[in-house]
Amino acid sequence: MALPKYTETRYRIWHYFYIAICTFVFIFLIAPLFVIFPLSFNAEEFLVFSEGMKNLDPDAFSLRWYKDMVYGTKNPWGLAAKNSFIIAIFATLGSVILGTVAALGLSSRHMPFKGIIMATLISPMIVPLIISGVAIFFFMAKAGLAATHTGIVLAHIILGTPFVVITVTATLSGFDHSVTRAAASLGSNPVNTFMKVTLPLILPGVISGGLFAFVTSFDEVVVVLFLAGLENTTIPIQMWTGLREQLSPTILAVATCLIVLSTLILISAELLRRRSERLRGINR
Amino acid sequence: MSSETKQILTTDGIPLEISLKKAERKNKIKAFLLVAPLLLFLIITYIFPIGEMFTRSIDDKMITNMLPKTFKSMETWDGKELPSEEVFTSFLSDFKILVEKKEHGKLAQRLNKEKNGFNTITKKLFRQVKRNKIDETQSIKEQIMKVHKRWRNVEYWQAIKRTAPPYTSAKYLKAMDMYLNEDNKITQVSEDRRIHRILWLRTVEVAFFVTVFCFLMGYPIAHLLATLPMKYSNLLMICVLLPFWTSLLVRTASWMILLQQQGVVNDFFVLIGLVSDDNRPEMMYNKVGTYVAMTQILLPFMVLPLYSVMKTISPSLMRAGKSLGGTPFVAFWKVYFPLTIPGIGAGCLLVFILAIGYYITPALVGGASGTLISNQIAYHMKTTLDWSFASAMGLMLLGGVLVIYWLYNKLVGVDNIKLG
Repeated sequence: MALPKYTETRYRIWHYFYIAICTFVFIFLIAPLFVIFPLSFNAEEFLVFSEGMKNLDPDAFSLRWYKDMVYGTKNPWGLAAKNSFIIAIFATLGSVILGTVAALGLSSRHMPFKGIIMATLISPMIVPLIISGVAIFFFMAKAGLAATHTGIVLAHIILGTPFVVITVTATLSGFDHSVTRAAASLGSNPVNTFMKVTLPLILPGVISGGLFAFVTSFDEVVVVLFLAGLENTTIPIQMWTGLREQLSPTILAVATCLIVLSTLILISAELLRRRSERLRGINR
Repeated sequence: MSSETKQILTTDGIPLEISLKKAERKNKIKAFLLVAPLLLFLIITYIFPIGEMFTRSIDDKMITNMLPKTFKSMETWDGKELPSEEVFTSFLSDFKILVEKKEHGKLAQRLNKEKNGFNTITKKLFRQVKRNKIDETQSIKEQIMKVHKRWRNVEYWQAIKRTAPPYTSAKYLKAMDMYLNEDNKITQVSEDRRIHRILWLRTVEVAFFVTVFCFLMGYPIAHLLATLPMKYSNLLMICVLLPFWTSLLVRTASWMILLQQQGVVNDFFVLIGLVSDDNRPEMMYNKVGTYVAMTQILLPFMVLPLYSVMKTISPSLMRAGKSLGGTPFVAFWKVYFPLTIPGIGAGCLLVFILAIGYYITPALVGGASGTLISNQIAYHMKTTLDWSFASAMGLMLLGGVLVIYWLYNKLVGVDNIKLG
């Protein structure tokens, strides 16, 4: 952002001040993530930068905490990772299917009571998690699903669907309905039309909603703390217990892996968003 | 001319109006059937249980289920003098059943909450019952009254009667540090026991300040992102989106490392000479930690709605303002800022609603002063198992959130929620 030559000094100063503030905020946002990186390769047990690390001594770095994460004795991370992935995948599938179908109905102009139904469908996103946790726990306890994978998957479907509903309705708002009518006039039945015409066009929205649902489930800790038994431990639960008891470098190794995962998710979400905009003909 | 002749008919001879209505209804049903599975699922697993929280919170059935006969016979008691022989008899038979089920301890605990001193006298009565010391052929009233002098005190019987109503506002009053006293008047608990009001205030205070900090930090960078050329802003956007997609616990963990006494932030302060090495300030396990970590975690929720609003504001508006003689500050304040108000509303209310229900981060970095109302709800759900109290507090919190959400809807509209 170059300033025009005629800018007065006080605006010049203000401009540099503004840039400085922005730089500070960006550092504030992103730096905490990078601090974990080097510390997870620490050869020592302490969570501070050792003298060796400051001098970039190769001996000060090691993979010992990663080894501990994978091979450590009585290690909870293997089971936790397995559970987390299983739960997140099923919760995502459930949210995507229920959410996409509902979004199709919602974006029809014939939909009755649109406002109140939309509010109901996205309510799990607005109600504070702790309250959702209590309510879902009451249901699961009554249905005998507490401390089961099924119960947690259902809970995460509840929390994940609003994201799918919102992203898919947004995609459908730019959707040209004459293509489905064209398909129908060419003799295609509604299911076939959906699979062959509508779905490919709204797919970016569906997938990005799915990514939201996946991340919601994968990161979720409040509800799962109410629902999970020992067998259903997930990565967030393990991190929560670990952070409460003692902060070990193994947690940082896990955290680094999670940051890598979220970077991958971010990249796919961005690519999808751009593709979706291109498909919908929004050029900026 | 009669009205029938005016009607336009379709080819099948049905009036067009009716035919259209039929098609319309069919479409309505079709659309509704698509939404129905999710709606039904949410109503059963989510909306209904929230309603159940309400019945739980006002319904203290525990005690009425424990002493059914006693309350039946107490119905005729005026509550002024000691109850009749009949009440004592039914109380004893209820109590014997409880002893058999080994639930007399629960009763003592519950009654003790109503009036101190029940623990001792219930235990004494339990011992008498266990040893079969109570002779049912004689006056039971006399025998119970002999067990302990408090059983002769009418106040204790009044306390039992007070626990009777199946619907009670007691849990809500408790959440506000109040209770119903002997004369059914709302009274405040003694000053040293008013913990909940502090928690409510602290929750609102933390949510408010986090929102303010997020706004102060989010506004400039959203503006920068919206005005920079696309290729730079896309790069900088990663700084906002990467934290947004990263696990909450990972971010909390990194703040725990940064803010500890030997941590990077303190190292930096020592390096620039702000504090001396042996006098490093405590930044974690207090409010500083809560504010810093929560601001960073919730900042993306402020930046994204602001950005999406600012992106739609044409830069020529600012130029027009300036060309009409406004200084850049005036042009900003009179032209640009009012246009961003929808974004500000969305961002602030989103952050406030998220912050008010926060629990994980304050619990980890906040120490004792980081306990918010959500922690208290979780505590009663998991540790004391007082679910009706947890429900009452949860619903009070939900009420607050709904009021805020209603405002949000009025000011900004629900449809304006944007995700990245």
